[in-house]
Amino acid sequence: MRHIFSKQNRALLSELVRTDFKLRYQGSVLGYAWSLLRPLFMFAILYVVFTRVFSLGKSVPHYPVYLLAGIVIWNFFLEMTMQSTTSIVGRGDLIRKIRIPRWMIVFSTSLSALINLGLNLIIVAIFMVINHVGILGTLPLVILPLLEVYLLALGLSFLLAALFVKFRDVSYIWEVLMQAGFYATPIIYPLSRIANISFQKLIMLNPMAQAIQDVRYTAISHNTITAYKLFQGGWHALVPFIFVAAAVVIGPIYFRSQSKYFAENI
Amino acid sequence: MADNIAINVDKVSKYFKLPHEKNSSIKGAVVNFWRRDRTFEKQQVLNDVSFSIKNGEFFGVVGRNGSGKSTLLKLLAGIYNPSKGSLQVNGKLTPFIELGVGFNPELTGRENVFLNGALLGFSRANMAAMYDDIVDFAELHRFMDQKLKNYSSGMQVRLAFSIAIRAQSDILLLDEVLAVGDAAFQKKCYDYFMELKRQGRTVILVTHDMGAIRQYCTRAMMIDNGKIVKEGDVEKVAQAYLALFSEENKTKQSKSEDDDRWGNGLQTTTRAKVKTTDEEIIITTEFTAHAHIESVMYGFTLYEKASKTNIFESNTKRLRLKMPPVVENEITTLEWRAPNILRNGEYAISSSTCDESTLTYYEWLNGADTFKISNKVETAGAVNPVVKLKVTSKKDDIKG
Repeated sequence: MRHIFSKQNRALLSELVRTDFKLRYQGSVLGYAWSLLRPLFMFAILYVVFTRVFSLGKSVPHYPVYLLAGIVIWNFFLEMTMQSTTSIVGRGDLIRKIRIPRWMIVFSTSLSALINLGLNLIIVAIFMVINHVGILGTLPLVILPLLEVYLLALGLSFLLAALFVKFRDVSYIWEVLMQAGFYATPIIYPLSRIANISFQKLIMLNPMAQAIQDVRYTAISHNTITAYKLFQGGWHALVPFIFVAAAVVIGPIYFRSQSKYFAENI
Repeated sequence: MADNIAINVDKVSKYFKLPHEKNSSIKGAVVNFWRRDRTFEKQQVLNDVSFSIKNGEFFGVVGRNGSGKSTLLKLLAGIYNPSKGSLQVNGKLTPFIELGVGFNPELTGRENVFLNGALLGFSRANMAAMYDDIVDFAELHRFMDQKLKNYSSGMQVRLAFSIAIRAQSDILLLDEVLAVGDAAFQKKCYDYFMELKRQGRTVILVTHDMGAIRQYCTRAMMIDNGKIVKEGDVEKVAQAYLALFSEENKTKQSKSEDDDRWGNGLQTTTRAKVKTTDEEIIITTEFTAHAHIESVMYGFTLYEKASKTNIFESNTKRLRLKMPPVVENEITTLEWRAPNILRNGEYAISSSTCDESTLTYYEWLNGADTFKISNKVETAGAVNPVVKLKVTSKKDDIKG
């Protein structure tokens, strides 16, 4: 364990992440610029659709930014878990032929996703300025729910990557779950539009919903409904964190128990 | 484990569970889970294998395809875990079993060097320092900024090999690395092997090339059907390996299998004669084919008669000579010439004919001809070539 972040491992990690980025925009004229342009165009479309066409968020202050923040965090979670799922099998050539720590492959995928998140957040910041969102005192705290999403995604990534080696259905199942999760999470609609308070509470047991709302609360507007407010500080507010803790513990343990057999099972 | 032991393999078995119905889907797993007759086929790849390798040994591992060699190598490299038994490795071992692991065709040569280096445990700064040497060794200066997919397979291997030899490990695992590459590059690789041997590095070489086994290995082992069938002396292992194929290919020409003659008899030595002059050794060998043979190469070994010490050897493949196919009853005569470097003594030659992969021997014949060198001036050196001398001296003429 003490060698996890040894010099060699760090060198390998940075090289894996570097390769990932090089390959992502391989052969495109604009290259790396796409990692900023892609979210920019996507946000522009969402902005038009949901503020001009549907106007879902009239009651919500700074709704466009509110929407973008939700999308960015959800996409980060989606991208990281989906890519991690196939990461071990996708890197079968390495696993079968060289002894490198297996977790590093999943971890490097997560770092790539994290870098993308950073780039996307820059775009969100630009939109915040355009939208005249005032700087809140709680802004530095935004790092906490982001960290929570990362840990949740990382735990799930280890679990999914190891499961995928044995069962190739995992990627399809996860894709469907993610589709459902997208609508079960207050991303495009504000939570306040849900009339039934029990439904609101149910939705907020989901760690993604809780984290996205916390990000919006700390960075955009204190009017956002957070899990803490909703459950009035009751123990139910802890449920999302229990999910995160479970993912962080179970994922790596299962991955570790299976990693011995990756080379022969791929 | 004693200090001088590099690798100790203790009663290692490895089997793979092959389900009769592969559950690659959850439905399959669920359905089969409730069925009592879930059956696995245990494929035993290695069966109770024990051996140890000392520090500084150049250890050869031979065996047919599917004999378990590669599985053994993967176990040693830590890619697989043994099903039973244990193995200890004393020192740092190369983590890869193949060249160019992780090479990405979409990246340039340069980028691949850094990626591959990182997989071998080098930091970017280390790689930057070694980069020029690697490119020099691979002789690929002009191509480093091209994508790897535009490289020929030989170029890829050259690049991979040049990086791999930088790996700082105490024990090297080499698996059939010299399969590709032109003659000049192969020579570089052989020089590198020689250098490893000279340095006394611990090397495990897995190959089908008995020439390489004979030339570099200090000890060898043959695996067949997941078991060690022969271990120890290099020559004995090499012969056991070749015998494996000659037995399989034994045809109508049944022959007496003794130590001095083996092979399937599809082509045999019908005449062998050695003539020597002061400066040259001329070996004439004549082969007669008893069937149509597509792939053929010829060779000889010249050895000291009493001690059987190999003095030198050659074959048509090594001389880069592609031999044409032969038809039944075709007679092929070869005349080999080499400088006469022999000391006084009694010598003999072995004559051989086999297919180009050296897997099938048509015939190997020891003592095809014997001869004597007796007219030379005795010397203390290992060889005794004709030494020519020309003396010139110059003095100022003293006049008057």
